[in-house]
Parts: sequence; structure tokens; C-alpha cells
Amino acid sequence: MPFTFDQKIFDDIEEDHDKWQGKLKSIFSKRPERLERFSTVSDTEINQMYTPEDIRTQDFGKDIGFPGEYPFTRGVQPSMYRGRLWTMRMFAGLGSARDTNLRFHHLVNAGQTGLSTAFDMPTLMGYDSDSSKARGECGKCGVAIDTLKDMEDLFEGLPIEQITTSMTINPPASVIWAMYIAMAETRGIDRKIIGGTIQNDMLKEFVAQKTFMCPPEPSVRIVTDTIEFGTKEIPRWNTISISGYHIREAGSTAVQELAFTLADGIAYTEKALERGLHVDDFAPRFSFFFNSHLDFFEEVAKFRAARRMWAKIMKDRFKAKDPRSWWLRFHTQTAGCSLTAQQPYNNVVRTALQGLAAVMGGTQSLHTNSLDEVLAIPTEEAATIALRTQQIIAEESGVANTIDPLGGSYFVEAFTNRMEEEAFEIIQKIDDMGGMLSAIEKNYPQLEIADAAYHYQKQIDNREKTVVGVNKYVIEDEEIPVEVLEIDEELEKIQIEKTNRVKEQRDNRKVARSLERVAEACAGEENVMEYLIDAAKEYTTVQELCDVYRKVFGEYRDPGIY
Amino acid sequence: MVAKPGLDGHDRGARIIARAYRDAGFEVVYTGLHQTPEEIVEAAIQEDVDMIGMSSLAGAHKYLFKSVVDMLKERDADDIVVCGGGIIPQDDIDMLKAAGVKEIFTPGTTLDDIVTWVKTNVKPR
Amino acid sequence: MKNIVEKVVSGDIRTVARLIRDIDDGMPEVRDVLKDLYAHTGNAYVIGITGAPGVGKSTLVDQMIAHLRKRDKTVGVLAVDPTSPFSGGAILGDRVRMQRHSMDRGVFIRSLATRGHFGGLTQSTRSAIDVLDAMGKDYILVETVGVGQDEVDVVRSAHTTAIVVIPGMGDGIQAIKAGILEVGDIFLINKADRDGSDKTYTDLKLMIEMDQRKYDEGTWKPPILKAQAVFDIGIAEFIQEIDRHAAYLESTFGGLNIRKQKDMVRQELAEMIKARLLEEVISKLTETGDFDQAVQGIADGKIDPYSACDNLVLPIVGLSQP
Repeated sequence: MPFTFDQKIFDDIEEDHDKWQGKLKSIFSKRPERLERFSTVSDTEINQMYTPEDIRTQDFGKDIGFPGEYPFTRGVQPSMYRGRLWTMRMFAGLGSARDTNLRFHHLVNAGQTGLSTAFDMPTLMGYDSDSSKARGECGKCGVAIDTLKDMEDLFEGLPIEQITTSMTINPPASVIWAMYIAMAETRGIDRKIIGGTIQNDMLKEFVAQKTFMCPPEPSVRIVTDTIEFGTKEIPRWNTISISGYHIREAGSTAVQELAFTLADGIAYTEKALERGLHVDDFAPRFSFFFNSHLDFFEEVAKFRAARRMWAKIMKDRFKAKDPRSWWLRFHTQTAGCSLTAQQPYNNVVRTALQGLAAVMGGTQSLHTNSLDEVLAIPTEEAATIALRTQQIIAEESGVANTIDPLGGSYFVEAFTNRMEEEAFEIIQKIDDMGGMLSAIEKNYPQLEIADAAYHYQKQIDNREKTVVGVNKYVIEDEEIPVEVLEIDEELEKIQIEKTNRVKEQRDNRKVARSLERVAEACAGEENVMEYLIDAAKEYTTVQELCDVYRKVFGEYRDPGIY
Repeated sequence: MVAKPGLDGHDRGARIIARAYRDAGFEVVYTGLHQTPEEIVEAAIQEDVDMIGMSSLAGAHKYLFKSVVDMLKERDADDIVVCGGGIIPQDDIDMLKAAGVKEIFTPGTTLDDIVTWVKTNVKPR
Repeated sequence: MKNIVEKVVSGDIRTVARLIRDIDDGMPEVRDVLKDLYAHTGNAYVIGITGAPGVGKSTLVDQMIAHLRKRDKTVGVLAVDPTSPFSGGAILGDRVRMQRHSMDRGVFIRSLATRGHFGGLTQSTRSAIDVLDAMGKDYILVETVGVGQDEVDVVRSAHTTAIVVIPGMGDGIQAIKAGILEVGDIFLINKADRDGSDKTYTDLKLMIEMDQRKYDEGTWKPPILKAQAVFDIGIAEFIQEIDRHAAYLESTFGGLNIRKQKDMVRQELAEMIKARLLEEVISKLTETGDFDQAVQGIADGKIDPYSACDNLVLPIVGLSQP
């Protein structure tokens, strides 16, 4: 039995532990413990202290091991940050393609090492800037993309053959990706070398982020098309970023974030296998996206548990043989929902701690939120501070100098074990319901999240949970001291004119034909991607293509689960 | 009525506030996501609500909230109180209040405070 | 007065909405309006949709509206959701699933909470049906959660009542109150693609056919349908069955104005009297403080509740103590 500890020492420890508990009892009889309950932001209770007793049966080789070795608890690559730092990838998008292009250049010059694109609501929902649904929304929460022309402007002057691009886009992911590929090919860049990620995770839309277009089944079919296409044609691309971030932002606990995300991953794997793909062909290109929230150690434990769980799922459940299929590679974003509008400079500190947790949890890439996220799209200055936060963690704090520095901590290992156990329980529940698609149809994750969100809000209102500057250390009649970014109201008009010009100049017969071909592929079983790329090259718009999806697959409406 | 106008899908707050209103004894008509201003106004009239609460976290509040206020006026239904919440900077709050939105609840406002405000400021009939 | 009636009959949305609100709030002024409106009722076909939470009633109603609109019929909808017994509040979330019709002028959708106090669900919902009827709606769909006796009574005022279930309810079917099963004119198994759909069908069939003799004599035998409302599967057939039931009612009762049928009238009048009496008595007793006094007396152990009750009620109804 290769336990980490010699089992003989536990008798001694137990004795000392009891003695210490005795001391605590007398201390707290004179003055009670600092809080009535000590729990994480997810309301998981935490012990006063952790000792080897809490990880009595830990097997170093089986449970912890070495980075780059199954089950990857300490990291997916053998060299982790000793070899290469995580990618500093700041989520950015505002106004027009040109505006965002400027922001991209600024961030790259400031030292970021990967691109990440935020789109506006109309684009996210598959509408053009001239749609009646887009009124008032153009460019407001991200960049407005209608055609390939916008895509070309967006990446103007950026070395996309060297730098990877992430695009946070879901229902129209296939369309936007097609435009990106078309843009690269128009520049003469081979599709085999472009690298990046499309979020493309529809399951979590129904559960959390709620940008949806078509019902779950056909949405997942399109996702599977992109996975299949990427596996064969765009080998350096992560065709999906299976996300927990939004699930957490919607109010779930850390365990729920972990469980629902991995359950989504299981569902996508099953669908790809049903399609006839071999697990080792597509699984290495699955990537994940997690939240890094307030409770430092809960997050670190979550990340480590995630890696270990996914490795087990891939190896044992899906019998993947290629070690790269067992890797859970992930991007992290610090928790937007934890930031406050009050005393916004405090947010720099929150983001720093959350970024630190992500790094100590072994993330492959990181976005750190800006201090003004709670007010508007970040200003350039605020985004720069957020990037500097990562750079300071990387270069000054020393935490990246050794791999998995928290490994071996009694607390962290115990917490990692606990996260894994509880998350697997939820996954079992979902399996019993028939899998994630079925669970979503039964509204299980949605209701769990709504309950957790309400519970947390009540805890804040009761002051059980502190939010500095909001329910404690409040400044009365505070004047918010920061400049807020504003999107030009004229932008909508300008963008509509631009797109109209593109439509006039393109060959509309070719556009019509390409739309027909996409419709045929959708109605049948052919993979849609090549047809989308062809359509993109003809300057077909996002909405024209998404309308085909809506027509063939039907539209999904919010069922209003509260 | 608790409504989500526009394309914004962030409904965590809207759903929490709906529950809080229910727990405070109010009857809440929840419209769900992706409502146009027209749909919100029409529903509010059919349901004869005392107040419309809207949430926006994707930046389109200026157009959307104002549209609702304007349309209520057109339909002679401006006795319905309009409130909002979400990611809305101070300048926009001022502009919206001038346009007829009675109150904007910024992030960090407790549920109790919101409920108290409603009880004090929204008279049923 | 006349003004309100005129406005309702002409279809003015705000007036109708406000009137339903006043009815729901128990405003005394509405009685006169309802008296005048009565003459304008009797034209709408009322369909009750009832079933446990989560079976898909709202989605079903949404599809029904679409189908009926295609026939160029106007539709009024009353969606009833339970009031929280703890807070007295309610989240009325049925409308969400029908919102696509909100801009259609031929459709009027109203959410109501059960409220569950004197004169609660039954009477005010019935009156609301009258209002929508007078407003000129061809069809009125009343959606309720069929778990209480109140709800059963509401659906009794409908021409056709559909009970919606989903597969896998298992002992759920047996557990459904017998009263509700009895009022079902049509049974619909929604989400019929789920496991257990055939078993549910068989369970229902057995239950219905226990009364086979009745059907052999010509009474309406409730059909059992399968549907998937969210995909618009089985809805056309459902509407056809409603048509068939309407034809049956027409031929059996010589017309569709159920208000003219003695059974319905008897029941409704009894309900109204009950509600009215309650209203009057309770308000009188609370006004005079007699009610509170009685409560105190019982709490102090000075009098038993039966005697206290008789002391309060008998004088009002003009009877003396036995």
C-alpha cells in the first residue's frame, strides 16, 4: 500500500490533535471563534486546520504524482511554467472592428501573448447590425461583426500565424470561425497552421449564458460538425472551450461549476463518438474554460480536481489511449460577478488574488478582469492594469518558479479530494438522468444554479458573507471615481452603412447559392463547415447564415426557469 | 413585472429579484429573456402591473429602457412605474431618470432595500 | 359604468386588464359591471388545461394559440399559478412560454395567482372568463395547476377540460386526485417521446374504461392523446378532438352556451352564494370586533370553538341557538 504517510504516525498525530482541540476549546470559551461559520463563497464548510489525518490514504503516485503524468493533478505539461508561462490572453471587444483592432494592438504591445475576442450581442445571437433586434446594442458589449470585411479589419496587422486567437462565440461559432478561416486563407495563411479556440459550447448556453438560437439537439449537431472539421482540417485549433465560467457567473457553487462542465464534456465526447470519430482524434483538441472566484483555496482545489477527474473520465470511461486525450487544458477568467461598482479600485485586488489562484491552479491561459468591468467595457488604462497584474504575478511574485507549489498542502490535497468526490456525485446524478442533454431538458442544472444564486444573495444580504465596500467598510454617498468607456451612439449607423456597401459590392447570386448549399447540408448529414467558409468568402453576413440555421432547425425560446 | 429587454442573456439578477419579490408578497409576472420593448409594454398592459423592473448587463440599457418608458407614454400607461438594474454607469443613470425611469438599482443593492423601495414608492392602483 | 362595459365589448385592452385586476382584488364596484356584462357572454368556447407542474401546460397552450390563430380565431388566456402559502406572493411564469403571441392583437394573455383566500380562485377566474367572453374572444384557454379542489371547480366551468400528464408519472397517475380525473374530457400525454409513455397510456386507458358502460350508453369517452408540445407534434390532433367534443356538447345539450345548462347554473350559483355569504359575514364580524373577541375567548379557554361559531353565525342568519 503505497500511502504517502507511514500509517503508524497517525496515533501520535491524533493525540496531539486532541490536545490542541482542548486548547482551542478553552480559548473559545473566553472569546468565541471569529465567525459563527467558516465556509467558502460556495458555502462549503472549512475546518480549523488540516493535518495528515485529512489525507490519510493519499497515494502520492496515484493521486498526486508528477506534472505531465496521469492523473495530471499537478499540471498537464511536464514542464508547466518552468518551460513556458501561461498565455496572457485579455478578452477584448468594443464598437467597430477598427476600434477593437486598436485595442488588440494596444494589448499586444503591452505584452499580452494571445488574442481573445468579445463580440456584441447581435453578433453573439446571430443578428446583423441592421436587424431590428440589434437596435441599441451594436458594439455595446463587444465588437460588431457582420461580414468577412469586419473580420479582416478586426485582425488587420496582427500576426495570426504566430499568435493564437480565442473567440467567445456560441450559436454562430461555426459561422464566425468560417469567417476567421476565410480571412486567414485570403491572407495566404495555411489553415493547417492557424491556432486558436472557439468557445462553441452550446450546452452551457441553455444552462447559464443564455445566448441561444436553435434547440439543444441541432445546436450540438453543429458543434459536432465543427469538432469533426477541426480534427481533420485545422489541427492546431481548439474546436471547443467547454465552459464552467458562465455557469459560475450564473450563481452555481464551485462543485457545480466543476461537475456541470465535465458533464458537458462527457456529452460532447459521446456525440463525437456517435458521429464515428475516434476519441483520440478529437479529444486532444478539447479545451476548457473555468472561473477563478473569490475563495482562493477552493479555486486551486477545483482546478486540480478538474484535471484529475477529466483524466480518469477520458482514460477509464472513454478508453482514450493517447495521453493528450487525458489532458484537461484550460483557460481561466477571474470572476466578473465578484467585482463591485462601489470602491472600484478594490477590484484590482480581487482580480489579483483570483489571477493568483488560477496560476497556482495551473491554468494554460488567463484573462484578468479590469477594475471597471462592473460599470462598462474596460478603458484602455483599466485593461492595462489587469494585464500588468498577470505580469507581476509571473515575474515578481515567484509563484511560477516551481510547479504546483500548493501540492502536498494537507488542506489543498484534502480539498482537491473533496471537490472530486462531490463533483463525481453530481455527474452520477446526471448520468442517471440520461446525460446532460436530458438533464437540461428536465431543467436540473438550471434550477440548481438558480437555488445556489438565491442562497448566496441571501447570505450577502444577511451579512453572512462579506463584500467589502458593499455590506462592510462602506463609503456613504460615494462618488465613483473612475472614467467610464462610452460607445459612440453613431456607430450603429456607420456599421449598417458599411455592411450595406459590402452587400452592394458582393456577387449576390453567389451568396444566394452558397446559402442554399448551407441549407442543404443542414437539412442533411453533411458537415456544414466548408460551405460556411465558401459563403464567408462571398461576404455573406452572419445573420444570413444564422437565419438558415433558424429556418432549418427552428428557434429556441427561453423557458423562463427561475 | 420583471423583464429582460434586448438580447442580453444575463438573467441571474432578474431571477433572484423575482424570487425576492415573491417572498415579499408581491405577484410577479416574469417575462423571460429576449423581450423587445414593445413586447414588454404590451404584456405590462395586459397584466395591468404596477411596476416594470428591467435588467441589462450588456450595455444597451439607454435605448431599451427609454423605449419602454416612451412606449408606455404613447399607450397612456405611464402610471406604470419603470425601474431598472444591472451594469449601468452613473451618467446613464442620470439620463435614464431624466427620461422617466423612476429608479436604477446598482450592483450591491440588497434585496431588502429594493423591496422596501418598491413598497414605499410603488402604490398598487 | 356603461362606459366600461362598452369598452370591454369593443375589446379595449387596458379596460379589460384593469377590470380583471379589480375582480381579482375583490373590488365591490365590479359586481355592477359584471351584471351588465353578463348579457354579452355565452359566445366563447372555454377550454381548461390542467395538470401537475412541469408537464408542459404553458408550452401546450402556446401551441394551441398558434393553431387557433391560424384558423383566424381570437384567443383569451388565463394562466393561473399558485400563490406561495408562506409569503402570499407568487411568480407568474406561464406567460414566458406564450410571449411570442404578445404582440398579436387577436390574443389576450393574463396571469393570475390563486391567492387562496375567500372567493379566491374559483369565482374571480370565472368572472375573468366572463370578461374575456364579453370582450369577444372566440376561445378562452384557462391553464391551472390541477392539484386542488378549487382548480377542479374552475375547469368545471369550461366546455372542454384537458388533463395533461407526462410519462413516468407512475404512481403519479393513481395519486392524481380522483376528482380531477373525473373532469377530464381529453387526456394528453405530453413529452410522449420519454420512457414510459406507453405504460402511461395503458394506465389511463384502464382507468377510463372502468366506466365503459357509461360510454356504451353514449356518454363522451375521453380520448387519450400523445403529443410533444415543444415540437408542435400532436397539437393539431388535440384541437381536432376538442372540435369533436364541441360537436358532442352541441348535439347533446342543444347548444354551446353552457351557462344555460341547469347543472352548470346550479353549481355556479351555489359557488357565488357561498362566496358572497362568506364575504359579507366575515366583513361584518371583523368590523364589529366580534370575531377577534371570539378568538380571544377560545384562546383563554372561556369558550369552545363550536359554541363560539354558533354565537357568531346564527344571529346573522336569523336563527336562534338550539
